[in-house]
Formats: sequence, C-alpha cells, structure tokens
Amino acid sequence: MNNVEEIIQKANKYRWDIGENLHDSILESIYTDAARIADKAVTREGGKQKFDWDRWIDKLVTGRWTGFPIMFLLLVIVFWLTISGANVPSAMIASLLVDTVHPLLKDGANFLHFPWWLSGVLIDGAYLALAWVISVMLPPMAIFFPMFTLLEDFGYLPRVAFNMDNLYRRVGAHGKQALTMSMGFGCNAAGVIAARIIDSPRERIIAIITNNFSLCNGRWPTQILIATIFIGGAVPSFLAGVTSAAAVMIVAVLGVVFSLVVSWALSRSVLKGEASAFSLELPPYRPPRFLQTLYTSLIDRTLMVLWRAVVFAAPAGVAIWLVSNVTIANVSLAEYFIKWTDPYAMIIGLNGVIILAYIIAIPANEIVIPTVLMLTVLTTKVAGFGAGAGVMFEMDSVSDTAALLHTGGWSVLTGINLMLFSLLHNPCSTTIYTIYKETKSMKWTLISTFLPIAMGIVICFLVAQFWRLFA
Amino acid sequence: MVTPDSNCANCPAHNSANLVKLGIDMSNFDYVVALAGNPNTGKSTVFNALTGLKQHTGNWPGKTVGRAEGAFQYSDKRYKIVDLPGTYSLLSTSTDEEIARDFILFGQPDVTIIVVDASRLERNLNLALQVLEITDRAVLCLNLIDEAKRHHISVDDRLLSKSLGIPVVPTAARQNVGIQDLLKNIHEVATGKYICKPYRMKSEIKNVSHAVEDLNKELEVRFPNLANTRWIALRLLEGDQRVIDAVRSGEIGSLTPVETENE
Repeated sequence: MNNVEEIIQKANKYRWDIGENLHDSILESIYTDAARIADKAVTREGGKQKFDWDRWIDKLVTGRWTGFPIMFLLLVIVFWLTISGANVPSAMIASLLVDTVHPLLKDGANFLHFPWWLSGVLIDGAYLALAWVISVMLPPMAIFFPMFTLLEDFGYLPRVAFNMDNLYRRVGAHGKQALTMSMGFGCNAAGVIAARIIDSPRERIIAIITNNFSLCNGRWPTQILIATIFIGGAVPSFLAGVTSAAAVMIVAVLGVVFSLVVSWALSRSVLKGEASAFSLELPPYRPPRFLQTLYTSLIDRTLMVLWRAVVFAAPAGVAIWLVSNVTIANVSLAEYFIKWTDPYAMIIGLNGVIILAYIIAIPANEIVIPTVLMLTVLTTKVAGFGAGAGVMFEMDSVSDTAALLHTGGWSVLTGINLMLFSLLHNPCSTTIYTIYKETKSMKWTLISTFLPIAMGIVICFLVAQFWRLFA
Repeated sequence: MVTPDSNCANCPAHNSANLVKLGIDMSNFDYVVALAGNPNTGKSTVFNALTGLKQHTGNWPGKTVGRAEGAFQYSDKRYKIVDLPGTYSLLSTSTDEEIARDFILFGQPDVTIIVVDASRLERNLNLALQVLEITDRAVLCLNLIDEAKRHHISVDDRLLSKSLGIPVVPTAARQNVGIQDLLKNIHEVATGKYICKPYRMKSEIKNVSHAVEDLNKELEVRFPNLANTRWIALRLLEGDQRVIDAVRSGEIGSLTPVETENE
C-alpha cells in the first residue's frame, strides 16, 4: 500500500542507516555541479596581476593595529563635519521659522481674536516646538545621514562588524550584533528590527536589550549641542570644533563599551549560553553612487526621522505650554515639579529641569533640548531670553544658549552628566513598542526600558561624586 | 486590420519601454515573482529598479530581514514581486533560509529571479542550483557584470543559459543596465512563452542513491504531479520537518507543476 506514513517511516529508517554525513554529501554534490557549470562559463583574464585595492584597503581597515584607530578617526571626521556644517543652516532656518513666521502667526491670532490660551497652546506651544525640532534636527541629519549612508554603500559597515565581531563573541554575544549596533546609530527601532538576522533567541534578546546603547539620531543633536557648549566652550576657540567632536565620539564609544559590558553580564546571568558561530562575508568595495545616496538618505532617513519628530513635537509642545502655564496658587505645575525633584537630581549631577524634560520627551528624544531650555527660562526667571513663560524659543547662537544655561546654574558637570544621561536612559516610545513587538514579551520589554535608566542614574551619581571630590 | 495602435502594441521596442513601476500597489496581480540570491548580490537594487520603491540598499550582508513586497506592470500584466532574504543555501539551517525556501516551494511563485554576483559565479551557483531543484520557472539575473569586468572576469551567458536551462540576463542593476532585458525574460517565462528545462543535480550523492531511488519511486506513485520527487526524497532523508509535515498533510501534492496552472 502506498501510504504517506509508510514513506516517511521508510525515510526515517534509511536515515538511520545512512548516518550523519548526508548533509555534507548533498553539499558536496551541489558544489561539484556548481563548479563544473561555472568553470565552463567563466573566463578569467590572467597574466596582468593588477594591484588589488580591495585587499589593500581591507588589510588597513581590519588590521589588528590600524582597524580601531581608523574607525575612531572616521567617526570623529563625520561628527566634526556635522557639527561645523550644521550651525549656519540651523541658524538660518531658526530665524525664518521663529523670528519671522512666529510673530506673524501671533499677529494673525490677535487679529482673529483668539483667546490667549488658544494662541498659547497652538502657536507658543505646538508651532514653536515644531519650528525648533526642524531647525535643530534637519541640518545635522541632512549632513550626518548621507555621510553615514556613503560609508555603508562603500562597504565599510561589514568591516566594522568584522572588527567588533571578536569583542562581541568574547562577551558571549553574537558577532552579528555588531551590525545591529551599527544600525542603532541611525535609529534604535531599526536596530531592534535588524536583530532578526540573529537566529539564536538568546543572542537576539541580548542584541535587542543593548541596542539602546547605540546613540540614535534623536540623541545626536543633544550630544552635539551640549558638547559644543560645555566641552567646546572650555577649550581655546580654534580647538572647539575638534574637541567637541571628540567628546561626542567618546560618548558614542562609551555606548559601545556599555553594550559590551551589559552583553557580557546578560550572557553570564539570565541569558546564559555559548556564542554561536557565523560566517561574515566581506563584500567587495563598491564606488558609492553619490547622487542616489544623497537622494535616498534624504528621503528614507532624514525626512522620515524628521516627520516622526514633528509628529511627536506638536503634542509635546502643547504639554510644555500647559505645565508651565497651568498654575496653582500662582506657581506653575512645572515649577512645583522642578522644585520637588531638584534636590534628588542634584545628587546625580543633574537638575529638576532635566528630569522633567526627559519625562515630557519620552515620546521622542529629539525634543529634550528645547524642553530643557524653555523650562530653564521659566524657573530662573531670567529676563531677555525668549518671549515669556512657556514659550519655546530659538537661541540665535550657541553662546546665547550657553549664557542661559550658565544663568540657570549649569556647570560643566551638568553638561557631562546630561550627555551621559542622554546615552543611558529609557529608549523612546517607538523603540519600546518595537521591542515589545519583536520579543512579544513584557518581561524583556520592561528590562530593556528600565535597565538603561538604572545604569544612567548609577553612572551619573558616580561621576558627580568623583567630580565633587576632585574638582 | 492593422491599426497604428495595434502596431505599437506588437512592437518589441514599444513593449520594452513598457515598465510601469507600481510601488506598493499590489492589487489584482497576474503573476508572483520571487527574488532570491546570495547576500550582497544586489537583490534589493533589482527590486527597487523594478518596483520604483526605495527600499534601503546597503553594501552589507543580511540587510533585508523578512521579506519586502512590491509590484510592477509590464506589457499589460501586473506582477507582484517578493524580495526574499539573501541566503547561501536553501537547506534550512537558519530562519532566513527557511523563509526563502518556504516561499519558493510552498508559495509557488510564477517566476523566481535568482540574482547572482557575476564575479563570484561558482559560489553563487550553489544557491541557484538549489532553487532550480524546487521550482520549474526561473530567470538567472547575472548581476554586477560591471564589477566582474573590473576584475577581468567574463561570463558566457548563453552557455550558462544552456547549462542551466533557464534564461540568463547580464545586468548591472545599480546602473540600470539590462533591466529591460530582465523584464522581457520574466514576462516570457511567466506567460509560458519560454519553457524552462531547469538543470537538476546530476552528481551522485555518496551511499544514498539506493535509498533515494526507492523513496523516489514511492513518491512518484503517491504524488504524480510533483515536479521533483527526488528532491523531496532527499529532504525526507535529511529529516526536514517542514517537508515531512507537508508530505504527511498532502500539502506537497497540491503543489501542482506550473505548466498546467496557466493556459
């Protein structure tokens, strides 16, 4: 009788007889056929041994002694170009959107007899938040993303993975985590999705949890601005650009170090196991297509990220306006909260303003800095900055921002700790949601959310203690 | 009656410029096209060239996770195209390989485009041969010929086409070279104008020929419609759970050979 069960039984019996080598035998037969067919069709022009550029570049960028320095150097160059190139267009967009359009909108609202709270919520809240996000986010992204994409197009990313692979394997994680980490530098949600390329569930969860340690583009502007003010401001002006770029790079590298340390801790504790092997092909270098790269990185990355920021910024702007204008006994909600958290925040070298800003900015990291500035104005009641309580404003230059923050009681320590806290805090709402979707586990989602905050608090606390001890 | 209109419609020159990139509008498609290939051979670039989508491409392996879908229209036929993750084999040793294998085997695409790197043909053919084991309709997209040329490698595409029994189209998708030719061949295979005679593995596999032949005979009786029972027999021998399940449930028998599917 020709029954399927019988066929399967028969196959099982045969399998027992054949032993384990079948897989290899099949592969061998495929390889033999492929080699024969390819051999007939391919002709290789021998003789003139041309200088092999690919091999030469690979030796350099994946070399034992040269690989990492070149990686750091490339990072610094990219950041430096971003920092020094973004200021001018930022200021231009800001002066257009804030100095020109904002008063026009206000006049329009007055003309239409809007009640004060409506024009406050819409124009001083939502509109100004949008204006700020666009003027601060767009220029650095329009410079950073194309450069990053060019490197990617050229084939540099697998070399980074190759350099990092050994480190990740040694801490018990998957070598491909180097790739998801690189993706995270663009966007953590994208990095979390990219972790699908890792097959072992254990290593995949490690990659997902630690992806947040890759600084995402929502946090680059914060890093860049704060580094420019506090680190760049502390050195002679001709060194300012390079020094702040180096500071940003150090924070980024610190993120990689944290991802290694946490991977190590996880794979030694809750996610015990051996690292699995994989083969990574180093693709040939390809000359990047400049125009196409510019176009796709602008459409795919820059505009998409900007759009997300805009979507989140508008309601956040409303929230900021409300907490600083809704008052109980003449004191705004924001001031209550800041006064209440200030003493605790001081312990970890931050302040109540930053804590409140991070709570308001949970939906999107992009709006942390505007929130910080607005709240500082509000609590210090400094005159001459901005347009009044709860109005987000654009600083015409970095030095204005610096002056304001210094008046608000900020020190270099606050700057450094803000940079560290920006690296080590909960992922943004999109990433948290993506983690839940990818892991389908509340437990891992919560761990991914709270582990970085806990680390951030501990690290900032330690830095503050040491700083106060020695400085 | 020959009207100027019908003249246009019959002229190959007109048809070749007939690509309408439909992006993600995948409604009412006539054919399904799968895009398979090794990692980093430019599958996503081919995908973008056909659909007009801007799926992010990158020069690193493993960039496409899961699968991306899009659509295009060519010569009045609407095609849905599925970009499969890049893999080195279809022997389902990883999730990626399983996604790709399952789609080609059980998804029954009308055409499978196998994208290979012309400068690494031998290695890439390993996957191509495995794809040909499980489907009857395929087009080999010999991509990155510009790079092969740079490395002084030339590939005889006609000879290759004869050996494999499927159309072979040299392309440089990044420069949009050969895409029209690729479309024409996809169209011809999909509409049945070109009948593929896919190469099936010839080299003897050590120690198992008896077992394979025995199982093969039984499978042929049980599933007379199946195109390649020998491959199924090998999968059963290797203990491939997905294929075992499909044999058990009879799903494998419903995979009708494509020749009878379209008129």
